[in-house]
Amino acid sequence: MSTSSGSSMRTPRRRVAGLGSARSGTGHFWLQRVTALSNLILILIALPIVICVAGQGHAATVATLGHPLVAIVLLLLLFSVTFHMRIGMQVVIEDYVHSEGVKVLALIANTFFTIAVGSAGAFAILKISFGG
Amino acid sequence: MVQLTLPKNSQITEGKVWPKPAGANRLTEYRIYRWNPDDGKNPSVDTYYVDRDDCGPMVLDGLIYIKNKVDPTLTFRRSCREGICGSCAMNIDGTNTLACLKSMDDVDASAVKIYPLPHMPVVKDLVPDLTQFYAQHASVEPWLHTETPAPEKEWRQGRGDREKLDGLYECILCACCSTSCPSYWWNGDRYLGPAALLQAYRWLIDSRDEATGDRLDDLEDPFRLYRCHTIMNCAKACPKGLNPAKAIAEIKKMMVARQF
Repeated sequence: MSTSSGSSMRTPRRRVAGLGSARSGTGHFWLQRVTALSNLILILIALPIVICVAGQGHAATVATLGHPLVAIVLLLLLFSVTFHMRIGMQVVIEDYVHSEGVKVLALIANTFFTIAVGSAGAFAILKISFGG
Repeated sequence: MVQLTLPKNSQITEGKVWPKPAGANRLTEYRIYRWNPDDGKNPSVDTYYVDRDDCGPMVLDGLIYIKNKVDPTLTFRRSCREGICGSCAMNIDGTNTLACLKSMDDVDASAVKIYPLPHMPVVKDLVPDLTQFYAQHASVEPWLHTETPAPEKEWRQGRGDREKLDGLYECILCACCSTSCPSYWWNGDRYLGPAALLQAYRWLIDSRDEATGDRLDDLEDPFRLYRCHTIMNCAKACPKGLNPAKAIAEIKKMMVARQF
């Protein structure tokens, strides 16, 4: 919200009203909780997989990830975590970054970063899964 | 960015040490934030000594003793001295509370340290400017909204529905909760804060109110409502033992419930 010249002449009620309610936020609130649940479930499944392939060498890892169910679990975990990460980071930015321009840039960068991490991770999993 | 240090003109200096009352046997030390808008100086912390044999047991009693017998310039709000008006809310021994409900004997530190409610503009000494806080309360329209023509007598309410207001109607708007909330410190211009949201919930679950949907619409906002991160300082601070964090969680549940 702008605090430029003349804002001190506005009534307190006008300042509280701001630009009105955004009529949103519940979607993110709910998605953050749903992805928290899916993160928990998927990590419980993915952790044994990672422990199994640890120290097994390249060929064994490619073979394990070649199984569709294993690759799908890892992909789901990646998407769940990146969704969760994006919303969490957005909350942090909104909490602490108050300069309007920097905030918008940070929110865009957050989206770009999430998509980049998600794409790179998905590419890596698929590449290994399809034969390294 | 969020401000983590005090600006230069708000940094606190060591203030005056006032003389101990003559002939007193039991003394309690008070260390009190002082700031005068007229002298152009930085805030300071003054030290006072309260004669416990000449004074009531509460922190507020000590403040009144100081104002009457030691330093009449000490400025603070007080009225009912029994926890119902909410005027004497201040930061005592590190926690926001009402000076009239806090016993000097319950203060953990050796001295009773008193500051104004955190992160509010200060008018003078222990008096914060609560204009914005009151405007936020007014913005949730804390009164009954109805479409149905008013009945001849009162709007009726069942016993069970009335009991839903317990733990909410007792709020006295002292501002201890909102000014203890870090999220309110960082985004108090847009986040309504625990007090206003507890009051909003008090009308959301009132069985007689017919504007529930409109009220939820006005609250559904990433800042107005969703800045609450369940830090729980509000519930810890509330001198009336209420739980604003729970009221906010109930509002969020209503928001989700109306989606499905």
